[in-house]
Amino acid sequence: MEMFDLSLIWAVIIAFGVIMYVLMDGFDLGLGILFPFAPDEDARDVMMNSVAPVWDGNETWLVLGGAGLIGAFPLVYSILLPAMYIGIFLMLAGLIFRGVAFEFRFKSGRTRNWWNAAFAGGSFVAAFAQGAVVGAYIEGFETADRVFTGGALDWLTPFSVITGLGLVAGYALLGATWLVLKSEGHVRDWARALVPKLLVGVVVVFAVVSLWTPWIDPGVWERWFDHMQVIWLLPALALACVIGIYAANRKGRELMAFLFTLGMFVFTYLGLLVSRWPYVIPPDYTLWDAASAPESQFFLLIGVLFVVPIILTYTAWSYWVFRGKVRVGDGYH
Amino acid sequence: MALDPILLSRLQFAFVVSFHAIFPVFTIGLASYIAVLQGLYVSTGNRVWDRLGLFWTKVFAVVFGMGVVSGIVMAFQFGTNWSNFSQMAANFIGPMLSYEVVTAFFLEAGFLGVLLFGRHRVSPAVHFFAALMVAVGTFISAFWILATNSWMQTPDGYEIREGVIHVTSWVDAIFNASFPYRFTHMALAAFLTGGFVVTGVSAWFLLRGRDIDAHKRALSMTLWLLLFLAPLQAFVGDEHGLNTLEHQPMKIAAMEGNWETESNVPLLLFALPDRDLQANRVEIGIPNGASLILRHDPDGVVPGLDQIDRAQQPPVWITFYSFRVMVALGLLMIAFAVAGLVLRKGGRVYRSRWFLRGLQGMSLAPFVAVVAGWFVTETGRSPWLIYGVLDYADAITPSLSGGMVLFTLLGYIAVYAVIFIAGVYYLCKVINQGLDEHDDTEDLDSHDRPARPMSAAHVPFDDARDDRAPNRS
Repeated sequence: MEMFDLSLIWAVIIAFGVIMYVLMDGFDLGLGILFPFAPDEDARDVMMNSVAPVWDGNETWLVLGGAGLIGAFPLVYSILLPAMYIGIFLMLAGLIFRGVAFEFRFKSGRTRNWWNAAFAGGSFVAAFAQGAVVGAYIEGFETADRVFTGGALDWLTPFSVITGLGLVAGYALLGATWLVLKSEGHVRDWARALVPKLLVGVVVVFAVVSLWTPWIDPGVWERWFDHMQVIWLLPALALACVIGIYAANRKGRELMAFLFTLGMFVFTYLGLLVSRWPYVIPPDYTLWDAASAPESQFFLLIGVLFVVPIILTYTAWSYWVFRGKVRVGDGYH
Repeated sequence: MALDPILLSRLQFAFVVSFHAIFPVFTIGLASYIAVLQGLYVSTGNRVWDRLGLFWTKVFAVVFGMGVVSGIVMAFQFGTNWSNFSQMAANFIGPMLSYEVVTAFFLEAGFLGVLLFGRHRVSPAVHFFAALMVAVGTFISAFWILATNSWMQTPDGYEIREGVIHVTSWVDAIFNASFPYRFTHMALAAFLTGGFVVTGVSAWFLLRGRDIDAHKRALSMTLWLLLFLAPLQAFVGDEHGLNTLEHQPMKIAAMEGNWETESNVPLLLFALPDRDLQANRVEIGIPNGASLILRHDPDGVVPGLDQIDRAQQPPVWITFYSFRVMVALGLLMIAFAVAGLVLRKGGRVYRSRWFLRGLQGMSLAPFVAVVAGWFVTETGRSPWLIYGVLDYADAITPSLSGGMVLFTLLGYIAVYAVIFIAGVYYLCKVINQGLDEHDDTEDLDSHDRPARPMSAAHVPFDDARDDRAPNRS
């Protein structure tokens, strides 16, 4: 077992799980955020149908990430969750409401407006809470002796509110480029017109967060301004993706616009990881401090290495089967 | 009195886990029943088994969906409210809970989809195989959860280094002293739950004269099963109790309402336990009963709560009465199973209105019994989260305030109320639709995906919408 750094392997697995979750649940949460602004009920049908086959599988990654965390990095689990106590509750409540709304909206008639509201509200709250987790994480946690010692609303700071709203805008952008890709006619036109507006919002948040982050902690400042010039590539690539989204959307290159949005998320995510690496509970604990015992990490690794390829294959297959445009009236009972 | 985060966290956990547990306990039993139905269809070729299988698969889909949604919350409870416990025990409980998730996903990704949507895409034999694998999968999920819980009751295969649990033997830790008993007891409880729901629903249809032939078959086969399982559960429960007597004697003392360690202890039917008095105010019992049951000897010595500090005693009221509720319902189940046998003569079992009405009501009994049983085992180990190792006060998240827990407790109650009311309401609609000849899964479309179990049931949630022009589309 000593041959491998199990903690490092697990860090990669969980980082991968988180970005898979962000990318995949991101666009369906984004559709929920855009839901109240849809031009009509037909558009809402198309929006829901475009993610209906896959959204539940997308949330697989959240649960796998949460479960993997307690198995591999219990310290993160036992500090992050208490620190985000209220935020985690809001996220769960949001996800549950939108999940239930998803199932029942398809089957409802008179109560449809209620389910629409639950879907939109749940999506917004869940997205905001996730963004706030990111902000709180960058800012670090007040701990003593491996225990969170801060207050219930420490996580809710101006910075985390901005990252929260930023993720809402980001998910909405993902949702919009996804919808352009998956729809046609007036639904696509509407979504396509949204993209530049959302892009402005995302860029503003991106700029604020980028300028703010180095000031949070001397360690982050050093990381960005002392030795590692190569990491500047990450924000540069993220910006390149932003330009790519704008250009591709204007030219009507739907797939490219969506892929650039995914790229923007990936590079921003890597940039955030680099800022704090190898600290998993900033500012005090590294991923090795937070790790569970090697025998526990190893025992769990066997199962995960077995099942992750199956989930990936299955996910890829789902997307393949349901490729192409969703039309108004499709898949509608 | 200031809000106590420990008490509120315990209430919160009890609430979310009770509301979650009623779904899997039903789906575990129902999955096996569906596998039996599909197996009968394959071996006999009789369409009626397939129709019943389809009907119960729809019910399964809805309940499974509700279980998944309510289960998400559970994955976070240990971290949000019991972070010191998580940190201390993560080396064991982390892999266990993760393996449960891995098992569930493996199941969902593979066989559940075939079971729910593959009826017309694969052969009956393959479909049966998928049903069988789903049934096995639900048991594997239960295996991990019950191994974790049992380890917390009777920890084994570990050592503590620098305040953290390290697993020294996975086999000893997983197959700890109480695990075989708890697993068997719970597996039978799941079968009984599935069985009584099936008989209750079949009775409902028979009373209304719908699909008589199919539901007679379902009722008959399930009653045979219950006739065997209900008494078996009493036996297994007794064995489980003896195991508890050996490893957690104070839980037994609380279950029996026995304050003093002595011989010739009566089996109490009714009592008013009083902690301040350290005795029962009123008792009605069968002389020597507890001694006989627990020691197989009227002079047997039964442990009493006097062996531990008052502060360490479990909340006797809850343990004592939860246990009586569970046992009483268990005995009622045996009575109904036996009555079913007696009424078979002349086919009265399918006609007797009081019996069928009784069965309808009994479909709720196993749920109450299961929750009561968990109340017994969870309150009876008080104040220990890991028995003899870690108590509630040391296990709780140190930064929690009572107000925070109260806020989320009320929040979860609101969330679960919506899920539960919408879910049960919809479930009733699915059941009311009954066995239709037309199978909706024949015309699958884009939002029918295995990942969304509830989409297997195509029943409208409410009346047709009236906010749209009828000539649309």
